[in-house]
Formats: sequence, C-alpha cells, structure tokens
Amino acid sequence: MSRPSSMRTPLGRVRNLGSSHSGTSDFWRQRLTAVAMTLLIVPVIVIVLMLIGRNHAGAAQILGSLPIAIILVLFIIASAWHMKIGMQIVIEDYVHNETVKLVSVMANNFFCIAVALSSIYAILKLSSGV
Amino acid sequence: MTARIERPISPHLQTYRVTLTMALSVIHRATGIALYFGTLLLAWWLIAAASGPGAYANVQAFTGSIIGKLIVFGYTWALLHHLVSGIRYFFWDLGYGFKANEREALTWGALIAGISLTVLVWIIAYTVGGGR
Repeated sequence: MSRPSSMRTPLGRVRNLGSSHSGTSDFWRQRLTAVAMTLLIVPVIVIVLMLIGRNHAGAAQILGSLPIAIILVLFIIASAWHMKIGMQIVIEDYVHNETVKLVSVMANNFFCIAVALSSIYAILKLSSGV
Repeated sequence: MTARIERPISPHLQTYRVTLTMALSVIHRATGIALYFGTLLLAWWLIAAASGPGAYANVQAFTGSIIGKLIVFGYTWALLHHLVSGIRYFFWDLGYGFKANEREALTWGALIAGISLTVLVWIIAYTVGGGR
C-alpha cells in the first residue's frame, strides 16, 4: 500500500470494507464456490466415468443431455470463479513488483474467463445438437 | 515529508520446522495451481467433443497414452486431494478442529482420503471402461 497522502488514517480508509461490506467478498465467494463444487463433485465424476471408453457419437450424446449439461455448466462456473480467486491470492502473495502483479492479475482473469466461456460454449453447442 | 514506515515483516517458510499441517497447506496450494492449468485439458476435451469425431479422437489418443494417463491420474489426485483438504478448511472456518490432535487427525484424514478416493475412482474407471 502507498504511503498515506490524505488526511484519512489507514484505519479510516479500510473501515467500511470490513464486517460484511465488500472487503471480504473474495473470501466469501471462495467458500461459496467451494461448497458448490463439493456438492457437484460426485455427479461430475459419475458423468466423466460414463464417458470413458465411448466414441465421439456416444460422448456427444451424453454431454448434450439436459441434466448433464446443466451440472457441467454449474461446475465450470464455480471452478472458474474459485480458481480466479485462488490464483489471485497466490499472485498477491508472491509477486511484489507492481507492474508484473497488475499484468498477472489481468492475465489470470482473462485465462479463467476464456476457459469458462469456451467450455460452456462447447457444452451449449453439444446441447443444441449442431 | 513522510518517513517510510518500517513495518515488521514475518519470516518466510524456510524459517519454520516442517509440520504436517504446514506441508499439507503447501500441497493444498500446489494442487490448486496444478488444477488451474489442468482445466485446459478439461476445456480441450469439451471443445473437441463439440468439434467432431476427429478432434475427439485426438483427445482420446492423448489421454490413452502413457503420458496422458499419468497427467489424468495426477489431475484426479490433485482434484480429490484439494477437495478433501478443502473440506478440512470448512471445519476450521466454522471454528472446529483446532485442538492439536483434532487438526492432526483432520490432516491425516485428508491425505489418506485423497489417495484412497483417487485409487477408487481409477478402479471404477478401469472396471467400466477397460482403461480408456
């Protein structure tokens, strides 16, 4: 953090970010997505096991079925969000150069959004049967 | 002119004696990072399934190879270990399991459960799919 350049004290500047305002949102969302994935992991593993040994036609048919597509989309959203927060914490812990940190955090966001949206798009395409 | 405030800094990892909970904390973070990049495999697989038989055959050729199998096996363990190790953090977040014997038991439990579940999933995988 930069040196105080205003009349406000450090405590004053962070005060409203605590106690369930926005300062703890990443902590909360990390747990929220963790609980979501804990609930979804068994169906997701079952889906992956169902696909083992099948050819493309069989796999595409299973992946395109409605309940399976919904479970996978939910799992992808939770995992992308979870890994975005997790990697940002790692970056903030170990990258001390401000420029590198900024670029890394931005790249992290791009990576997670790209992985999530391309996976979801693939599932939607399979669901539409095109 | 404001003088630079010399805040106390905490010593880093190498200063401390390695304990089980500490090692597992490091492994939790390491498996998280591995899973982060492992999602590329998951995305590749889904995109290939949406693209067509040729692309899907490429993924199957990779996951069927020795290197591919090792990566998928490692991914399975990283996922299941991160899961059970993460469930341990739910206990701690809720304020339980902080006594010395409790946190050791939780940590050993996570380590053993992660490995056991990985082996279990792969036994099922080989049973239903013949190893593909």
